[in-house]
Amino acid sequence: MLRIPAQMKTKKYWKETLEAYLYLLPAFTILGLFSFYPVVKSVYMSFFDWSLLRDTQYFVGWENYEKIIGDPVFRRAIMNTARYVIGYVPISIALGLIVAVLLNSKIRFRGPLRVAFFLPWVTSSVAISMVWRWIYNQHYGLLNMMLAGLANAVNTVVEFVSFGHLSEVWQFSNPNWLMEPQWTIINLVIIAVWQSLGYNMVIFLAGLQNIPHELYEAAEVDGASPWQSFWKITLPLISPTTFFISIISIIGAFKLFTEVYVLYTGRPGPVNSGMTIVYYVYRNAFERYRMGYASAAAYILFAIIFVFTLVQMRASKRRIHYGS
Amino acid sequence: MYAVLIAGALVMMLPFVWMVTSSIKAPHEITLRTIQWLPAVPQWENYKVAWEAAPFDIYFKNSFIIALTVMGLDVVFSALAAYAFAKLNFFGKNFLFLLFLGTMMIPGEVMLIPNYITMVNFGWIDTYASLIVPWTVSVFSIFLLRQFFLSIPNELFEAAILDGCGKFAYLIKVMLPLSKPALVTVMLFKFIGSWNSFLWVLIMTNTPAMRTIPVGLTYFVSDVGAYYNYLMAASTFAMAPILILFLLLQKQFIQGIARTGLKG
Repeated sequence: MLRIPAQMKTKKYWKETLEAYLYLLPAFTILGLFSFYPVVKSVYMSFFDWSLLRDTQYFVGWENYEKIIGDPVFRRAIMNTARYVIGYVPISIALGLIVAVLLNSKIRFRGPLRVAFFLPWVTSSVAISMVWRWIYNQHYGLLNMMLAGLANAVNTVVEFVSFGHLSEVWQFSNPNWLMEPQWTIINLVIIAVWQSLGYNMVIFLAGLQNIPHELYEAAEVDGASPWQSFWKITLPLISPTTFFISIISIIGAFKLFTEVYVLYTGRPGPVNSGMTIVYYVYRNAFERYRMGYASAAAYILFAIIFVFTLVQMRASKRRIHYGS
Repeated sequence: MYAVLIAGALVMMLPFVWMVTSSIKAPHEITLRTIQWLPAVPQWENYKVAWEAAPFDIYFKNSFIIALTVMGLDVVFSALAAYAFAKLNFFGKNFLFLLFLGTMMIPGEVMLIPNYITMVNFGWIDTYASLIVPWTVSVFSIFLLRQFFLSIPNELFEAAILDGCGKFAYLIKVMLPLSKPALVTVMLFKFIGSWNSFLWVLIMTNTPAMRTIPVGLTYFVSDVGAYYNYLMAASTFAMAPILILFLLLQKQFIQGIARTGLKG
């Protein structure tokens, strides 16, 4: 039998309920129209051959999903994303942690240094990708000019110390970063590391504040070097933060779009080398008007991200590590 | 250690520096094949040329109108909802809260297509409404404000209600003034998120009259092509408002991120 809580019988409770609903009304209306409804609607659409150019839509069952899974371009998108994640997440976390640990001590210019590292994160992806496009330019870009200078210096030094026996050990090939497909993911990884390092640093700095200072003092008394303290205290105790950042970064990586779009001026890189899942959704929905097909692709993206979200939720409940 | 940090910071700043120095170079200096850090004569008029080569005044006006409206409405709607969740007792509270939170787990890309169709049906394509209305409530803001409201002691609330203070009056007179840091964080994130948003604006707008800075900038590229000095000038002024905002409010900003650990 359903038990009705005592408070539900009072008039005051229902009056308060009414009032609460009034407070929630604007939020509920907007979320209902633009979040709840579309989430359900896109599941529905994903089972249709749905085109904006027609009035009637055709039910196709799982066909969209089957086609997407079988589409080499979609597989390419998954592979690209995987390579991007593997390239960018570990580097950006490692560098973020190093900078955070260095900045965590009482040093001068802590504020300005923190700002310098964090600045890339606030800037618009579009404007900053434009700047990187210029840096990657084959002939006049900063990257190739710096690499050429470096190659030249290395060659000179090697030639000098080998008494002229070794010349031109580094034959600089002036790579065309934006036109040669093998560089696409690397280009994107460099931008992503540069942009997210400061964000990771800020989260790590917050995490480092939570490590009791006495631990370091005790370690110092016991004769531990700063290096040992880092490996035995900082790294294990910061691991929940590291985990959190990894998941957030992976989820973010799966949504990659803007950087590709701008870096390659509205193309997914040479020979689809920069194809991502969101780009795939965008192309099918807004360049080819296959709304049902694109909805199915978006749901596959959701499924992938959902797995990582669940892992994150599980872990934050158990609060990994902090072992005895 | 210092050397590592300073070298790192310099590398981080390098793209910005290169952007600004490129933006004041003469055309022949842009196509030099060796590094030239500073132009012989700074070409400040590049900014004027870039500004006039595309309707940047319209893009800026649109970006400001949209970001400010979205920010204002979001903070109002979210504060109202957060207040209900934090302080009121009502039927279906837990269910509704979970429903709201659930949307945070769903990537926006899933909603993109049905929302686009909704916009077509409303006839809102290429209007401010499509760029503003869907973004006026964010669960992130509601969640953040609710957490903050919860930290304000309940005794205060009960005492005020007993004294005959209305619930709405309490929100306005007590809760909001006490929650300034949280409100600032919410507004800051919302403003920057709106200013930088790209994909939605890209698919919602067809004409220059409705474009915002980021989308306008991508069209500018196809217009001016390889004149990178003008492109860098445009990138510089496109970034400027957010960079200035950040430098002014960096404390709130960094604290906000450290506290919430969430992407804006």
